[in-house]
Amino acid sequence: MAEPPRRTPHLRRDGTWVGASVPRREDPRLLAGRGRFVDDIVLPGMLHAQFVRSTEAHAEIVSVDLSEVRAVPGVVAAYSATDLHLRDVTALLDRPPHEFVPTAMPVLARDRVRYVGEPVAIVVARDPYAVEDGVEAAIVEYAPLQPVVSDTAALAEGAPLVHAEAPRNTLVDVSLFATEGIDTIFDEAHTVVEVHTKTGRQNALPLETRGVVADWDDRDEQLRVQTCSQVPHQVRTVLAQCVGLDEKQVRVTVPDMGGGFGQKCVVGREEIAAAAVALRLRKPVKWIEDRRDALTAAFLAREQRYAVRAAFSAEGEFLALDADVVCDMGAYSCYPFTAGIEPLMASAEMPGVYKLPAYRVRGRAVTTNKAPTAPYRGVSRPQYVMVVERVFEKAARALGIDAVELRRRNVITVFPYKGVNNITYDPGSYLESLDLCEQTLRDEGWFSRRSEENRVIGIGFSCFSERTGYGSGAFAQRRMQVVPGFDISEIRMDLDGTVSVTTGTLSHGQSHETTMAQIVADRLGLPYDRVKIVQGDTDRITYGWGSFASRSITIGGSAVAAASVKLGDQLREIAAHLLEADVDSAELDGAGGVRVGDRSLSFADIADVAYLKAHLLPKGVGPGLSATASFDVGGDGTFSNATHGVVVELDPGTGGVEILRYVCVEDCGVAIHPQVVEGQARGGIAQGIAGALFEQVTYDDAGQPLAPSFMEYKVPTAAEIPDVRIEHLETPCAFTESGAKGAGEGGTIGAPAAVLNAVNDALRHTGVELDDTPVPREAIFRALEKA
Amino acid sequence: MIQLIELTVNGERHDLAIEPRRTLVDVLRHDLGLTGTHVGCEHGICGACTVLVDGAPARACLLFAAQVEGSEIRTVESLAEPDGTLNDLQQCFSEHHGLQCGFCTPGMLMLAEGYLAEEPEATKEEIREVVASNLCRCTGYQTIVEAIDDCASRRRAAFQDQLDRSTA
Ligand code: FES
Ligand code: FES
Repeated sequence: MAEPPRRTPHLRRDGTWVGASVPRREDPRLLAGRGRFVDDIVLPGMLHAQFVRSTEAHAEIVSVDLSEVRAVPGVVAAYSATDLHLRDVTALLDRPPHEFVPTAMPVLARDRVRYVGEPVAIVVARDPYAVEDGVEAAIVEYAPLQPVVSDTAALAEGAPLVHAEAPRNTLVDVSLFATEGIDTIFDEAHTVVEVHTKTGRQNALPLETRGVVADWDDRDEQLRVQTCSQVPHQVRTVLAQCVGLDEKQVRVTVPDMGGGFGQKCVVGREEIAAAAVALRLRKPVKWIEDRRDALTAAFLAREQRYAVRAAFSAEGEFLALDADVVCDMGAYSCYPFTAGIEPLMASAEMPGVYKLPAYRVRGRAVTTNKAPTAPYRGVSRPQYVMVVERVFEKAARALGIDAVELRRRNVITVFPYKGVNNITYDPGSYLESLDLCEQTLRDEGWFSRRSEENRVIGIGFSCFSERTGYGSGAFAQRRMQVVPGFDISEIRMDLDGTVSVTTGTLSHGQSHETTMAQIVADRLGLPYDRVKIVQGDTDRITYGWGSFASRSITIGGSAVAAASVKLGDQLREIAAHLLEADVDSAELDGAGGVRVGDRSLSFADIADVAYLKAHLLPKGVGPGLSATASFDVGGDGTFSNATHGVVVELDPGTGGVEILRYVCVEDCGVAIHPQVVEGQARGGIAQGIAGALFEQVTYDDAGQPLAPSFMEYKVPTAAEIPDVRIEHLETPCAFTESGAKGAGEGGTIGAPAAVLNAVNDALRHTGVELDDTPVPREAIFRALEKA
Repeated sequence: MIQLIELTVNGERHDLAIEPRRTLVDVLRHDLGLTGTHVGCEHGICGACTVLVDGAPARACLLFAAQVEGSEIRTVESLAEPDGTLNDLQQCFSEHHGLQCGFCTPGMLMLAEGYLAEEPEATKEEIREVVASNLCRCTGYQTIVEAIDDCASRRRAAFQDQLDRSTA
């Protein structure tokens, strides 16, 4: 078949690939319907799995009767926990018992169910229709217990316990910071403001639901697991432990993935159960989560409650912050992050972009009878940024200072800045982004429109930074038992002078096949389409940490760059020898070769020697062309930053919020592919707006999910998400090989705060202030009715 | 119960023996191996399964295969040339970065293909309204709308060009 014609890649004027929005190498297959997602995989004799799921939020399992299931035509097997004997999944923090209580998550519920949708049994059948019939024939008898369906109920005196080992339903209780003398500061402060907020439970909601295809390969003596996971190596580790295989007996690969957003960066019990059944039956087994399960039983996120006080001087100096954070983590601690992921993130980073001398925080994770939670794009930062930004709005009103001006007086401007939270912030453009964002909206005339008659218009801002380079040092401070952070990359040049490069990170929409190749292309001086990026295969890639926390380009990209540089050195050494010159005089020529003076050798010439004429290699240089490099971010990592500005109009007739304008000024250091960076920002902003205005997972008093389909769970469409104007600032990162900081999460982090502030600005004349998300329409309606 | 049906997909005729409850999207994906069409919800909201039925966009998860006997079905696999050359709409998606993970993309493409055939004069606002019938979790929609709008104006320009030449 002829190569499909491609647009000519445009290099930057200086000839570099980094910084150019070249055509994505992922696009042709995805646009032609030739992507390979997990549900596209078909293996001979493949069986289909589904789960019998708990109908109760909290109950003892009295009995599980699968005899009728097994009688359903097409059903091949059905197993409960007692049939499969799998080891539990337990995520650990290395913290004392009063700070952290470990809880085990069985792969299938054993004696007790803790949320509606918890898997109780797995059924496999010859086709996906028969397996549904089979699931319906299961008879499970429950002895219901009183469910705990809110964080306040969980913490109440005498509340039923979700896990017997966790008193007061508290899994994590940490007080990371308490500046001495903070109470005196509050007592003596000119102004003290309080903010109480609650953010709704949300579903990260990748459009492709979770899924796995597993089979035992006799020739490789391996359990092969093809799964849509952001963390293939961690799936291998946990799976091997649960089923009792060596790591080498498990191979996890990841096909194309329809999004993850954090929901797929933890190890799910369903993928383990399906793989265990494939192992037991020695037959391929596929599980594809249906949307109902994805909405009710998949990992959720975001439900947090904050009570904060903040002290300011008369001149508007931010003096102290005292915060109490409670995160409703649902029924189980996720692997590997644990239930600590949200309270620890909020506690460690809450002061954000502002100078602050005194800080005290308590962060708790409580367990409830709701689907368990996992990280979701931004992890706690959308919430604490919202809280801090509300603090600034309230303080501005109390002090009679313009809110933007108040921020201006307090943002960190001298770098590196060592925060009260013990974090050292690397250079960013906190003030510049704020100024540019405000000026942009001013220039577009929005400030004068704010007072238009008969319209309820408001403008809101949010300023934030986000740690994107979480190296193992930063994660070690969390005291996780497994410490993510580094990445390892291997590069190999083949005979024709093209290269394959591995990365332990994994793209699920972020364009690594393109952006990583751009980084390599610059380091070696060869076109990006001569670079193949290898990701998502535990057999081919040294232990990696996958993609989350905006780490791919910062850390994975740096490892890829370092390996490329090493290979470049090898190429130079061999070329210098062949040309009988000094190594120092040999340089990569930027066109797929090495130059010494006016003579040059192409990479293919050098590879020819390295592989086919090894006797010509310099002494001490072995045959082959490959290199391995690892990268870790030292110190406290790197921080991307941005300011978001939003203009909203409220509808007095319905309480609805319409976004009239959205401006995002972002700084993620060097942008490898500006179009991709903008795509990440826009997609993130859409998810942030979704959390601010639309999406919420709700339950009734019995713990039954109230949003089991897209009819109830309102995902915003093109009609609700506005066009976003993006302005780039560039403060190159000093720690990473490419100068890049991360860009995956910022949009989601900034949007809720900016939207909420804009709504409150529009409500200013009513005296009503709203601090919860999703913003309740009725509250807006009532406030405007009264005004 | 098994039923014999005859389906025409992307110009090719297929004979199938299936259960009457089998949905069109399952038949396309699993019986015919046309996995380009995706499933995001199976309840008619996300639009990932959008295909053309007699030229009009339809949710393949809401149709039984048996219902569309005698219709012309088109899936995303029909858009590119057999040699892999992307059509103008697909190229516009790529140029505008109208896709990230690519999961919603086949549905978006078929929605746009059907709509533009019907409404070649569509304005950007009208295109946005139509895009609102499908969900995308990655892009924030803006670049999808821009890609379709760009394709529409290119098609109009090409058509005008043709007219000018034929009248010249
Ligand atoms: S799968 Fe058909 S509309 Fe979602
Ligand atoms: S590109 Fe991922 S859902 Fe649209």
